[in-house]
Amino acid sequence: MFRRFFQRKKPAKEQERSGIPCGILVFENTSEVIRAEKLIKEQGFSIKVKGPPPQIRTGCDLVIEFQLIEQLNIKRLLEENKVDVEKILPVKDYLLKPVDLYSIKDYGDYLMVRAANMKITIDKASRTVVNISGGGCPDVPFLARELIGTKLGQGPSPREMGHTLCGYALELAYEEMKRLCSQ
Amino acid sequence: MLAVVGTVPDPDIPVIQGYVELKDSKLYVDGTEIDINRGTPALLASTASLLDYLQKGPVYAFLAGDVGLGHGSRKLYSHLSATIRDYSFQTLVFHYLLPDVDHHLKVLMAMQEMNPHPLLIADAGFMYAAKMSGESGKYDLFTPDVGELAFLADENAPHPFYTRGFILAEENKTPELIQRAYNHDNAAGYLLVKGRQDYVASRQGIIETVDSPMVEALEAVGGTGDMLTGLVSALIDSGLEMEKAMGLAARINRTTGLLADPTPAFQIKDIMRHIPEAYDRVINRPD
Repeated sequence: MFRRFFQRKKPAKEQERSGIPCGILVFENTSEVIRAEKLIKEQGFSIKVKGPPPQIRTGCDLVIEFQLIEQLNIKRLLEENKVDVEKILPVKDYLLKPVDLYSIKDYGDYLMVRAANMKITIDKASRTVVNISGGGCPDVPFLARELIGTKLGQGPSPREMGHTLCGYALELAYEEMKRLCSQ
Repeated sequence: MLAVVGTVPDPDIPVIQGYVELKDSKLYVDGTEIDINRGTPALLASTASLLDYLQKGPVYAFLAGDVGLGHGSRKLYSHLSATIRDYSFQTLVFHYLLPDVDHHLKVLMAMQEMNPHPLLIADAGFMYAAKMSGESGKYDLFTPDVGELAFLADENAPHPFYTRGFILAEENKTPELIQRAYNHDNAAGYLLVKGRQDYVASRQGIIETVDSPMVEALEAVGGTGDMLTGLVSALIDSGLEMEKAMGLAARINRTTGLLADPTPAFQIKDIMRHIPEAYDRVINRPD
């Protein structure tokens, strides 16, 4: 058994922006953020998912940070795809960075990956999801029920079904597990 | 009497409340059958199982269906804000709800009107909301895992997802994280930190650690932390002194896992049927 922590090296385009005016897209819930993120990234826009500034924070939310110069294009894209944006605000305050630390535990026949407070475990031979643990948001038991028994990368993903930050953290653990299994 | 507040992963379940019945590995509340998966059903099942075994009376539950969109959580918060002051519970345990600062504060204000004032235990999403609201000190016990402890220790993080990288959620940092959480007033009166080594702590420092029996697979099994929160809640409500209850619950939880002899693929319902036997074993062989 071994345990290690590591931080993935960020590609250059994900490095901190400096001096570029940015705005944030605010949505009703995290599942809308996940839909919008996928859509906007598919069109090649440079965005980052972050935590909202304190004045609009409820405790379980994400916003999408984008370059203000791209506002009209992104807004149009979301409207065309019927993704409702609650607010678009300029960035005036600091935004929180999501966790990007993972830990791995090897149980021999099973492998577990943790991202933030969420853990996913697979059977190494079949690559079947055998357990989901951690988390405290209401979609965790739902995601566990839907994911356990599915094969990694072949069934539904947390991205498609999650609605909260715990769901988003599980998506990160799921993707990391996929990456490790493809090595 | 003890009451548990939380959600179940079925969007069609409205706000329901009532005494909990545990029968043939199924939970029943107000005529609704609830599968014992992880989360609040796992907490409820472990609490009900132990209190039933101790013949210490029924467990009451306030539940709502929610798959993460927050609709059920918000209905439950509103229901509690409007009605909780009319109830009398010795212990109130809050669990899987979508963290929401405003709703949490309304529930907390309503609870302050309860007479007698119940002992307050929080875990999972409701604990996140309590910390984010800056009201952790109003609670008697939080039961975080190490990742959640790092979140409590990070005064800027509104959710474990945003815990800053320098506050590492590593087991060997637990004493430091406990201290930091108390320094920033982001911990309840007591902390029971779940991990390879369980920590019983208060603002005065670490009271006890429990690291045996060690069952490696339990970390991977969803619901084992919920089971521990359920056990400690049951023991406290049964009249045991808080500090004693925390260490005892940690031992019973680990022994329950030992008796089940799990792999990382086990599900929580296969483990928690050993709770009565584990209780007897720990009570009869305390060391």
